Amino acid sequence: MKHSMMDSLRRAVQRAGSFFRKQPLDRELEAEMAAHLEMAVDENVKRGLSQKEARRQALIRFGGVVQAKERQREERGVPWLDVLLQDVRYTVRTLRRDRVFTVVAVLILALGIGANIAVFSVVNTILLRPLPFYDPQQLVWIARPDAHGLSDMTYSADAYDDLLAQNRSYVDVTAYYAFSTSDNLKLTGNGDPTPVTGMGVVGNFFHVLGVEPELGRSFTADESRKGGRAVVLLSHPFWQRQFGGDRAIVGKVINLSGTPTTVIGVLPETFDFGAAFSPGTKVDVYVPTLLDDIRDEGNTLALIGRLKPGVSVAQAQTEAKSLFPKFYWSKKYPDSIGNYRARPVVLKDYVSGKLRRSLIMLWGAVGLILLIVCVNLSNLLLARAAARSKEFALRSALGAGRWRLIRQLLTESLVLSLTGAALGLGLAYALTSYLAHQGSLALPLLSSVRVDGTALAWTLLITIGAAVLFGLLPGLRMSGTDLQETLKDGGQGMSDGRKHEGMRNVLVISEVALACVLLIGAGLLLRSFMRVLDVDLGFQPATAAAIKVDYDDGRKTEKRNAIFEEVIRRVSAIPGVEAAGISDNLPLERNRGWGGPSLKGKKYRDGEVPDAFVYVVSPGYVKAMGMRLRGRDFTWQDDMKGESTVILNERAANFVASGGDALGKMVMIGKSEARVIGVVADVHETNVEGAAGEQMYLPTMRDEWGPEGSELVVRTKLPPAQLAGSVLRTLRELNPNQPAVEFRPIQGIVDRAVSPRRFFVLMVGTFAALGLILASLGIYGVISYSVTRRTQEIGIRMALGATPGRVQMGVISKTLVLAAIGISVGAIVSMVMANLIASMLFGTTPTDPITFFAMTCLLGGVALLAGYIPARRASRINPMVALRNN
Amino acid sequence: MGESKLDLLQGTLDLMVLQTLAAMGEMHGYGIARRIEQVSGDEVLLNQGTIYASLVRLQQRGWISAEWGTSENNRKAKFYSITKRGRKQMAEDAAYWARLSEVMGRVLAMGDKGGDR
Repeated sequence: MKHSMMDSLRRAVQRAGSFFRKQPLDRELEAEMAAHLEMAVDENVKRGLSQKEARRQALIRFGGVVQAKERQREERGVPWLDVLLQDVRYTVRTLRRDRVFTVVAVLILALGIGANIAVFSVVNTILLRPLPFYDPQQLVWIARPDAHGLSDMTYSADAYDDLLAQNRSYVDVTAYYAFSTSDNLKLTGNGDPTPVTGMGVVGNFFHVLGVEPELGRSFTADESRKGGRAVVLLSHPFWQRQFGGDRAIVGKVINLSGTPTTVIGVLPETFDFGAAFSPGTKVDVYVPTLLDDIRDEGNTLALIGRLKPGVSVAQAQTEAKSLFPKFYWSKKYPDSIGNYRARPVVLKDYVSGKLRRSLIMLWGAVGLILLIVCVNLSNLLLARAAARSKEFALRSALGAGRWRLIRQLLTESLVLSLTGAALGLGLAYALTSYLAHQGSLALPLLSSVRVDGTALAWTLLITIGAAVLFGLLPGLRMSGTDLQETLKDGGQGMSDGRKHEGMRNVLVISEVALACVLLIGAGLLLRSFMRVLDVDLGFQPATAAAIKVDYDDGRKTEKRNAIFEEVIRRVSAIPGVEAAGISDNLPLERNRGWGGPSLKGKKYRDGEVPDAFVYVVSPGYVKAMGMRLRGRDFTWQDDMKGESTVILNERAANFVASGGDALGKMVMIGKSEARVIGVVADVHETNVEGAAGEQMYLPTMRDEWGPEGSELVVRTKLPPAQLAGSVLRTLRELNPNQPAVEFRPIQGIVDRAVSPRRFFVLMVGTFAALGLILASLGIYGVISYSVTRRTQEIGIRMALGATPGRVQMGVISKTLVLAAIGISVGAIVSMVMANLIASMLFGTTPTDPITFFAMTCLLGGVALLAGYIPARRASRINPMVALRNN
Repeated sequence: MGESKLDLLQGTLDLMVLQTLAAMGEMHGYGIARRIEQVSGDEVLLNQGTIYASLVRLQQRGWISAEWGTSENNRKAKFYSITKRGRKQMAEDAAYWARLSEVMGRVLAMGDKGGDR
């Protein structure tokens, strides 16, 4: 019969509706059919049949009542849904009966699935999701390919101007001032001055990224020029925190570091500068960087370009190759041309490219966990299957088809895994929101980690995948068992049990092997991490802390000297302070590089003198940082009245002295000369894991080197936190304008630098521990089951004279065989896998024998323990009791 | 046993039900079943019970409506009647069946002369 779409739709709705009104509809049908039969009987009686014959005839004409009802039900409802519901109801009933099994299975699944959702959310946020900017795949990061340090990856204002004027690849190019530091501004006018972190950006920054302010507007061209009005954009969190989310803030004037500044807008919550460009830091406000102000500062701008439509990154790279060598460091110096190179890369690759391998490894590790969970569940289900084989044989004898039984078992797996997933989702939500608030964890985009729609889809996928994976094998096994055999089988299902046991042994072995791979991987990473922690940083981070000092020297060196000397004298007098000193930059934080020192009087080829990192420091800094010094530290007398002096690190000293001793030598730094008075051990200035560059330490007391900031480093006998109050009080006494900036432990700076590695080690380590527990659970389950099944046999053997010790040994050796096979397989697989993570290791070879040995021993030990418990039980079997049972 | 009864083709029962209701007005399930049996001269193989699947199908499509009422001999029964949309559908389906049976008749009739060509 043909009919319209509308009719079909109406019918579908009605069918779905009748699914929920099953009982009233059934009652109605029943009544209707009863009436039908009565009427038929009446008619037949009228025709002269006896009551009994009339009913018989009526029933014949009607056909099967039950079948007719069934057909009507099928016609009006959703039959497959009914069957599914039946299966689910049956499943819930059986699972309720087996409470311990259900709880254990759901918990295991919740852990496995929860960990997978959490890791997927992290991977999705950092690696898969596009950057939170407009059309982000058109954005490129423009820097040297092998940049070492901030000065090396940034460009001068003149170079930026030339790039804007001469390029053909970009719609627009923008930049931010890479030397902005935390708490570099202070907000006054409302009680104590508040420290504020300001980021300098070129006027078109937000336009190029495609970020629209939530309130107000972005910078205008006038405001980005010298002499323009002082303006500021607020970040969303700062606006909330400092101004209570006051929408009337736009247009108001606030006092930023002594300058009345107009608030022109608030950026949206989704924009997090630190998350993308400087992981682990936060920015409070954005101020326009005036190019004319920084023209003499050298390399300060980090460049970001937006490609024209149709221009590929490769084309931009080709252009950069020929374009950048034409730029000037400063047009004031015509010979400063030719020092630049650049290789634009997709911005996303710059932001998260370095983490790709680590994240994929993490993803793999957590996938292994899910696999172990599945194997474990398979194993548990098989154990249950053995116990339930009678039930299934019975059902099959009553006419349930093989597929119906498999479907029933898969429904069970699905119910288990969906329940586990629901719990796991809760776990993942908690974990991701915890991670998103780890401000000190230097992973990009981490603050926006959350379980989003994609993660939910992934959850559903792995949940169903896992259910099929762990449910199918026991399902096929069980539905395939021989009906006759099982029903006949008297005792505990001997033949069937043995078949199951072989399968379960294989499962346990693979579980042990998987856990072994995880453990060895985690072990290698852990060992690498310990090696990283052991790295000689060139300074002692423990029991030292830094605080940013606010001062006003009116740009006079002498006045600054007096202030610094007084600050250091007063702070050193605080009880518990061992040493104090000031530097403009701290290692592992902001750094800057100049042309490095060269031996006075020696001729060098062009480009032979390497750049060096520059630290302008006061007397006492070297000691306060715990650096190892040969020669002498600066004194306050190393000022303009005396000879110019410098302290080099070993690497710079080696270059200057070409293998001899640099101490006492005169070196040239740019056009100035200075005497080397000390040599310090190499300090890790950019990262913990790489090598140190050349470094020079210049005294704050000289006019030639202007310090760019002032970090007071204090070395203490007490825990640094205890001194925070008295140090700040002392600074306030000297300068009431000193904002309440953080007293930051130096150890914290180091921790932040190694935090990504710590994060990955912690995650993989946790997964490995989980794998270990699951594997031991699997071993325990199998051994325990085999002991239970063989109670009678053991009883006979003991009655025939086997000692408890022998019985125990027998069980333990079975355990050891399983574990040994698993560990061997796992170790071999690990050898291959370890090579894949070789680039993530530090000071550890992928085949590190100690790690392999320790981890296999650990796994073997735990396996032994898991087998020992049932072995003990076996040895305590009372032969009499065992034989009487059954 | 003489000629065996006709098996109902898919959909024909629905049309018979519609036609019966169109011709007879409001009827209960038993009445419809009896009527079809009578009209077809007992040539149709119909288990009376199967009519209920057809009735619920037609009702869900909105072609017939149902209401509880009392039969002539005072039994509570569900009475069905054809709707406006049901009449329209019936007309379409009846025309379709007429054309189909005519074509089938023609096709089957040519079988006798087929050998000459």
